[in-house]
Amino acid sequence: MGIDLPLIWAVIIAFGVMMYVIMDGFDLGIGILFPFVSDRQERDVMVNTVAPVWDGNETWLVLGGAAMFAAFPLAYGFLLSALYLPLMFMLAGLIWRGVSFEFRFKASDRHKPFWDKAFAWGSYIATFSQGVALGAFINGFELDGTTFAGTALDCFTPFSIFTGFALMVAYALLGSTWLIMKTIGDLQRRMRDLAQWVSIALLAIIIIVSIWTPLEHPQVATRWLSFPNLFYFAPVPVLVLGATWLHLRVLRSREVHAAPFILALLMIFLGYTGLAISMWPNIIPPSITIWQAAAPPESMGFALVGTLLIIPVILVYTAWSYYVFRGKQAVGEGYH
Amino acid sequence: MLGLSALELARLQFAFTVSFHIIFPAITIGLASYLTVLEALWLIRRNPVYVELYHFWSKIFAVNFGMGVVSGLVMAYEFGTNWSAFSQFAGSITGPLLTYEVLTAFFLEAGFLGVMLFGWNKVGPGLHMFATAMVALGTLISTTWILASNSWMQTPQGFEVVNGRVVPTDWLAVIFNPSFPFRLAHMTLAAYLSTALFVAAAAAWHLLRGRSTPAIRKMFSMALWMLLFVAPVQMFVGDAHGLNTLEHQPAKIAAIEGHWQNDPNATSLPLIAFGIPDMKAEETKYAIEIPFLGSLILTHTLHGKIPGLKEFAPQDRPNSTIIFFTFRIMVGLGLAMLLLGVWGAYQRWRGKLYETRLFLLFALCMGPAGLIAVLAGWITTEVGRQPWVVYGILRTQDAVSNHSVLTLSVTLVMFIVMYFLIFGTGIGFMLKMVAHGPDEGRGSMSPPDGGQVHRPARPFSAVPDTINPAPLRETSEI
Ligand code: HDD
Ligand code: HEM
Ligand code: HEM
Repeated sequence: MGIDLPLIWAVIIAFGVMMYVIMDGFDLGIGILFPFVSDRQERDVMVNTVAPVWDGNETWLVLGGAAMFAAFPLAYGFLLSALYLPLMFMLAGLIWRGVSFEFRFKASDRHKPFWDKAFAWGSYIATFSQGVALGAFINGFELDGTTFAGTALDCFTPFSIFTGFALMVAYALLGSTWLIMKTIGDLQRRMRDLAQWVSIALLAIIIIVSIWTPLEHPQVATRWLSFPNLFYFAPVPVLVLGATWLHLRVLRSREVHAAPFILALLMIFLGYTGLAISMWPNIIPPSITIWQAAAPPESMGFALVGTLLIIPVILVYTAWSYYVFRGKQAVGEGYH
Repeated sequence: MLGLSALELARLQFAFTVSFHIIFPAITIGLASYLTVLEALWLIRRNPVYVELYHFWSKIFAVNFGMGVVSGLVMAYEFGTNWSAFSQFAGSITGPLLTYEVLTAFFLEAGFLGVMLFGWNKVGPGLHMFATAMVALGTLISTTWILASNSWMQTPQGFEVVNGRVVPTDWLAVIFNPSFPFRLAHMTLAAYLSTALFVAAAAAWHLLRGRSTPAIRKMFSMALWMLLFVAPVQMFVGDAHGLNTLEHQPAKIAAIEGHWQNDPNATSLPLIAFGIPDMKAEETKYAIEIPFLGSLILTHTLHGKIPGLKEFAPQDRPNSTIIFFTFRIMVGLGLAMLLLGVWGAYQRWRGKLYETRLFLLFALCMGPAGLIAVLAGWITTEVGRQPWVVYGILRTQDAVSNHSVLTLSVTLVMFIVMYFLIFGTGIGFMLKMVAHGPDEGRGSMSPPDGGQVHRPARPFSAVPDTINPAPLRETSEI
């Protein structure tokens, strides 16, 4: 049989989604932190730290969607229609914040508050909807063959509402630690204080999710708690605890700048890995695997050629643009 | 909502979002090529007018591009959210094609857009020219992929249906399906025409207000040359497109013509210039017929005939009432474009291209005509394909996701309100930039960003800060 195309595609898509979560995570986080910062200039600084990169971040979402359409049409059709409401609200939120992000720079002082509000609300709605979609995905769906047998409101459960808020916390952590890295002075100090609370909250959330999920889904419990697995997967929770501890320590020191962000990335990455372990190899939980949902090899192979050629280019370009815009963002020194 | 079924609402939602989307790519495609031409002319002739125009239009290009990306994001998800059965059935073909479209757009944005918009002073003129040309090429490649996908849905081939799902057997046959070359040529020319009309209207607006600078005259003249040559070619391509459709989708042509049945006594087919096709009564009311013309246009002979709508089962007929009119709107506007081009040539010959008020007013009014024709053309194509999504293979009613009327109504209203507010503001913003006009005396050396160094390489930041996007309600007062 040779190459396991579904596996390659699953890895590509998982990678794309992770890139998205990490990268759009911190710029959505900026929007989430807006209500905590009321000063106009400081808001400008916050937005300026992500201005050069944010729309590149969002393109990962488009790529993730298109790649899933190509490689797992069954899952694309199923998941997108089962998650219809959260996804539509997510798109609405992303459009709002994307456009207001740009317009707030060009707007006159009279209109700025309007676009500021749109930016913050868009970020909240987009993040919450993503979290709800994630929670609904973990919960699994009602299947009738390969079509969705539930209703539009099925994805709103106590658990998914919880994950909706959880994702806001996670993005707030990414956003605040990003700002610690990119800013100086008073704003940086306040973000440092804020980040401590946010990371404690995130730890609490990870713990709650780790208990809630196996309780509700016996197969997740067996995945983690059965014998050899327990052994292999034990590092994940241990690392989570370690990372949080280190994170809190680092935040107390005045001198560190990039470390909190890197540790926050690590925490998110570990959470994501934990999730992947729980769901594997299903792409439509609770029962359809990546192999069952795969497109014919003719399609997967055809799309793979272009993807493998272009993803490295995108990565290099992305790395380059972050490199160009490295360093601190001071008040008054704008890109605009 | 309004007595519409879930299927109709899902279609309406898709049609609404894609119609908004297509407006931006049409201008993106046209402007990218226009900018390439401007830059090449600058390099060859060294006339500063071309740089002035380049800087002016590249800012408008940037905003337009940004809105294309935002509205495209929605499209990439809607196949799954609204047409899940279609995605599961045919995703193995349309999925990879869409992936290639996204990758091209990605590649273009990653590689060359930044250089094009912000690199005027950072890279040499040759490299900058190359970047602009690559952006233009990128938009055309992107068009190719998305139209291959749409054309495959119109005239599918190169696949098998295995276990109720499509399996591609021959990618070349999939991509180069029978309607693809016609649709690609027709759509690309449509984008060029739309842009030429937009540019001409912008120039006419300034000329009418007495701002007759060399740059404005130049863009007016260029746009009118474009119309003069491309409008007739578009008619020719459209005619060929129609003949191709007659071969593969005869019901669509019958519906476009409002042609119900062949009169056994008549030796030729008249053209119904006007009428109101009535789907229930199975006839076209108040028809005004022009003898022989139908045969002439559709078969290129005097006595040829085509199948009438009654030869197709009622459940297989597309809605003639809609596409009879949308088609005539498109063709009518095409004729008006030709008129504008020819009148322009006449004015030029008289040496009065930039003065005659009536002519300038006409050019101004024709500004949105290209985009209206594009929308009318797409509606003709898509409604005429009904009741099929994948022609002859999958019916629209079997393609739709299983959402309730309430769910779809809520999101439809959300999209309508949001799109009008956001894209309305964006379009208002673009028009303000157009009204501002090119900055005079911009030599080759002045940076397009007015000297600010730390600009992010993103589309919107190519815009000068002096232009203020007001939320819609206030833009509309301007
Ligand atoms: C004739 C051309 C054409 C047509 C018919 C369409 N598009 Fe488009 N689209 C483009 C031409 C284009 C473009 C010119 O290539 C854009 C504009 C800005 C850009 O980056 O590419 C674009 C952008 C664009 C993007 C954003 C890519 C990015 O993030 O950079 C997506 C996801 C789509 N389109 C998807 C679609 C879908 C799903 C369509 C059909 C229903 C569609 N487009 C019709
Ligand atoms: C890749 C390109 C496209 C694909 C794959 C596509 C596919 C579809 C699908 C699946 C539907 C729903 C089923 C239906 O009602 O026909 C639809 C409807 C429609 N599309 Fe497209 N479309 C594409 C491009 C466009 C563009 C660019 C426009 C331009 C404005 C357009 C206009 C419409 C309209 C007006 C409808 C509604 C038809 C109706 O009400 O019956 N389409 N299309
Ligand atoms: C004046 C002569 C024209 C003729 C005879 C003509 C003919 C046609 C026909 C027959 C179709 C339907 C094809 C199908 O679905 O099978 C079509 C579609 C279309 N037309 Fe035209 N057309 C003309 C002018 C224009 C102009 C001036 C524009 C825009 C500036 C335009 C834009 C479009 C678009 C965007 C479509 C949908 C995409 C496609 O199917 O190619 N057309 N045209």
